[in-house]
Amino acid sequence: MQFMLLFSRQGKLRLQKWYVPLSDKEKKKITRELVQTVLARKPKMCSFLEWRDLKIVYKRYASLYFCCAIEDQDNELITLEIIHRYVELLDKYFGSVCELDIIFNFEKAYFILDEFLLGGEVQETSKKNVLKAIEQADLLQEVILRSVLRSLNV
Amino acid sequence: MTEGCPKHCILMCVLLISGKSKEAEIKRINKELANIRSKFKGDKALDGYSKKKYVCKLLFIFLLGHDIDFGHMEAVNLLSSNRYTEKQIGYLFISVLVNSNSELIRLINNAIKNDLASRNPTFMGLALHCIANVGSREMAEAFAGEIPKILVAGDTMDSVKQSAALCLLRLYRTSPDLVPMGDWTSRVVHLLNDQHLGVVTAATSLITTLAQKNPEEFKTSVSLAVSRLSRIVTSASTDLQDYTYYFVPAPWLSVKLLRLLQCYPPPEDPAVRGRLTECLETILNKAQEPPKSKKVQHSNAKNAVLFEAISLIIHHDSEPNLLVRACNQLGQFLQHRETNLRYLALESMCTLASSEFSHEAVKTHIETVINALKTERDVSVRQRAVDLLYAMCDRSNAQQIVAEMLNYLETADYSIREEIVLKVAILAEKYAVDYTWYVDTILNLIRIAGDYVSEEVWYRVIQIVINRDDVQGYAAKTVFEALQAPACHENLVKVGGYILGEFGNLIAGDPRSSPLIQFNLLHSKFHLCSVPTRALLLSTYIKFVNLFPEIKTTIQDVLRSDSQLKNADVELQQRAVEYLRLSTIASTDILATVLEEMPPFPERESSILAKLKKKKGPGTVTDLEEIKKERSSDMNGSAEPASVNASAVSTPSPSADLLGLGAAPLTNSAPPPSSSGSLLVDVFSDSASAVAPLAPGSDDNFARFVCKNNGVLFENQLLQIGLKSEFRQNLGRMFIFYGNKTSTQFLNFTPTVICSDDLHFLNHFLCLNLQTKPVDPTVDGGAQVQQVVNIECVSDFMEAPILNIQFRYGGTFQNLSVKLPITLNKFFQPTEMSSQDFFQRWKQLSNPKQEVQNIFKAKHPMDAEITKAKIIGFGSALLEEVDPNPANFVGAGIIHTKTTQIGCLLRLEPNLQAQMYRLTLRTSKEAVSQRLCELLSEQF
Repeated sequence: MQFMLLFSRQGKLRLQKWYVPLSDKEKKKITRELVQTVLARKPKMCSFLEWRDLKIVYKRYASLYFCCAIEDQDNELITLEIIHRYVELLDKYFGSVCELDIIFNFEKAYFILDEFLLGGEVQETSKKNVLKAIEQADLLQEVILRSVLRSLNV
Repeated sequence: MTEGCPKHCILMCVLLISGKSKEAEIKRINKELANIRSKFKGDKALDGYSKKKYVCKLLFIFLLGHDIDFGHMEAVNLLSSNRYTEKQIGYLFISVLVNSNSELIRLINNAIKNDLASRNPTFMGLALHCIANVGSREMAEAFAGEIPKILVAGDTMDSVKQSAALCLLRLYRTSPDLVPMGDWTSRVVHLLNDQHLGVVTAATSLITTLAQKNPEEFKTSVSLAVSRLSRIVTSASTDLQDYTYYFVPAPWLSVKLLRLLQCYPPPEDPAVRGRLTECLETILNKAQEPPKSKKVQHSNAKNAVLFEAISLIIHHDSEPNLLVRACNQLGQFLQHRETNLRYLALESMCTLASSEFSHEAVKTHIETVINALKTERDVSVRQRAVDLLYAMCDRSNAQQIVAEMLNYLETADYSIREEIVLKVAILAEKYAVDYTWYVDTILNLIRIAGDYVSEEVWYRVIQIVINRDDVQGYAAKTVFEALQAPACHENLVKVGGYILGEFGNLIAGDPRSSPLIQFNLLHSKFHLCSVPTRALLLSTYIKFVNLFPEIKTTIQDVLRSDSQLKNADVELQQRAVEYLRLSTIASTDILATVLEEMPPFPERESSILAKLKKKKGPGTVTDLEEIKKERSSDMNGSAEPASVNASAVSTPSPSADLLGLGAAPLTNSAPPPSSSGSLLVDVFSDSASAVAPLAPGSDDNFARFVCKNNGVLFENQLLQIGLKSEFRQNLGRMFIFYGNKTSTQFLNFTPTVICSDDLHFLNHFLCLNLQTKPVDPTVDGGAQVQQVVNIECVSDFMEAPILNIQFRYGGTFQNLSVKLPITLNKFFQPTEMSSQDFFQRWKQLSNPKQEVQNIFKAKHPMDAEITKAKIIGFGSALLEEVDPNPANFVGAGIIHTKTTQIGCLLRLEPNLQAQMYRLTLRTSKEAVSQRLCELLSEQF
């Protein structure tokens, strides 16, 4: 996998993970183009498309689009299930996950992703094992969300 | 945790954020950034918690889309904290906001080293994740030696092994040279046997990537992978506990194992091979079983394994039974209600179509695929259907498939039209039994989608018509009829003009298409066409003068009219002048020779195919034979009709030229062009300034050739050297004519072309690739010999090659050298653009290194028309009405080299009072700007 993007129906980027070295400018360009392309597609269309020399696999969950770019040899259907497994992991961790959990606990979303995928490859598919790693860390975790919100005066 | 802040509360906050204007958000953020900066800079040392809080805030702000340029040092400090959460945030910040400051990298690497040595699995995990996320070369240099040890150490925890495997994979992808192979590789292979499925999953990815590059070293992985796969596919759906996903046992691992096996040919060991075949059969059987769940995840996971198994079957391409079963399975999916499955089935069948075992089986689905083309709602699925039709096409179904594609083209999405046009053109040519069908098909293409018919397509139809005399009469008749349409596409005018110019005589017997009617028909389109097409039509007219002497005066009248002779376009004006003169001066015999029918083109690979491959990538053009052919094709592979300008003073032009003058020597078997070469000089002697006596300095002469391609390069009492050359994109061909002016033989005549040392860089890499054949060592008195130089511009270059000539004349040895005028600007292709585009690009190239400027005194009278001709001769397009000051000249073009294309913009500002010029060049490459500026400055 070359990268994974999460963005909202309004086109706001919520999470980005790049597994290939690209400059910030390129990342922004790719993001802009892809968000536009995917948002323009109608609901019943197929979840795969060719884009540049990559294959894009995407799926919408509620207000959020999960979008992966894979290479020519990679398996589209299993990528679709990578997305689903990640959603399940988020859901199990946050308890009925919604877009706001990912906005305000972005660091958790990244940590969970790192336990599940590393270097663009599946590292651990067992839900139990992934969450065990995260929860161990949480035993010591303090709440930082509130202070972030407070200081942003919202 | 989120429990501390109920969701509805967060929701309110978000509504507040999103309700604010963009300006308010930026203001708010800037205030916060200032606050954090002051905390970081403050006298009071921050405790770990506060540091973490602020670093986390910075990340949050960054992820909202704002730039962050500080906080790296604080994040690095967090790495050495003993508190997990502080360390974790530090690592996250480092991974997301990678910084190339070397001091920071040293500190980061230090912290990582400590964590890797800590023996604390969570800390080690964090450090490995960070290396994998950053994946830079510096990281590889620091850790590529260490990680394999962690991976294979006996006491490493499973979770750390998993991270180490994928971390190593990432480093191997970025810097394969830094990952040392060694003892560890054999131990890594044995991870395929590990009890922990997570470890196997991670290790399989690593092994697959390593095996692709070092297949020998990882050969033992094949049998291990087969036995692991076999255990998985035969396990009951609950055996693997948490590794079972919606009743499918370990789908991710299965896919990876099948992928690993695709790095190798079918196993040689019959036992392993048998076991693998069993696995594949089991997977195919399972596809027929009723689903264990109605959830889409179940079917996706199951089919993911199935598709990967089919990929392996296709890769092995050795078991006809499995191939046919795979094809039948995909056939079922073609009509599945899930769009995703239909898409994948079409895609997968494309590769099956190229196997001899399954090609016929794929063909049985033709009706379904055609139906998909008509009914699929999603353009990406239709695209797959087009690809599959292309792949399954052979002689038996070509007519049907081409007809269906043409049919679809009428309503096809704009985004895929060009590709369909190319595919139809290729299929029509490849499977044409009857060339009248081919001609009809291409004309239909132009009619339906003229805008999407690229140069290559119409060049190709002309080549084919010229090479096959059985279709020429039909082609002439058909284009003549097609041209009757009141509004026809310009591409049709081009094809029509060319074909009638060559073969109009074949239909002239019919009073409905008499010479005059043909001419009037073409000329009625003339004024609606672009300059290159008009140039082509003028050439058709001169060809008509030869074919149909009875309408010569009509044509001369047209050529003589002010709109031609005084045309603002130099190329058109020049052609009109020259053709008019040619038609007046030359005798019928000379005309017949000069304007002879084009000789057949040498058989070449279709450039259309090359174009399609370029568009789609070589993997998608499935015909293996064609790919092989493509590899072996050399520079003769370019299939455009030869464009050689008729006169010694002519400027290079991008349009295809009808005149066969220079084309004869291009074909391998044609007679040497010396006769037609000298003929040219005779015919145009009064306009060809280039044959004037030459100045002794070779550099002066060299400069003259910067803006033109033909003429005399050197002359003394003994020898005259003439040149004719043509360039297209990064390729060129130069004919050198050596004339012995004396009545005595030259002996041991050896001309050598030397690329000066400056042309090389890195010793091995040639910027300019020149190929010549030796010439006859004896040149008789008064005779002329010819030498051809094939030129390929590999990358931009500075110095021109040297032509050294040695021979014996009488008793004396002669040795002389001249610079051969092969200059960077010869590889220009002009680019037309609007004023707005020009200045936009001009601004984009504003880096001081990209611009080179020269102010110099005029060496020649400052005549605007001559200047324009020189800029066009230089190779760039002359852009009119772009510069706000009409006295200035601007030009644009692209330098083509094999490795890259370089866009170039130029601007020349004359100052008549001071008799000075200011020349400014902007290109994306400093050296190119510099060289072009040098070359062009010499011209005025």
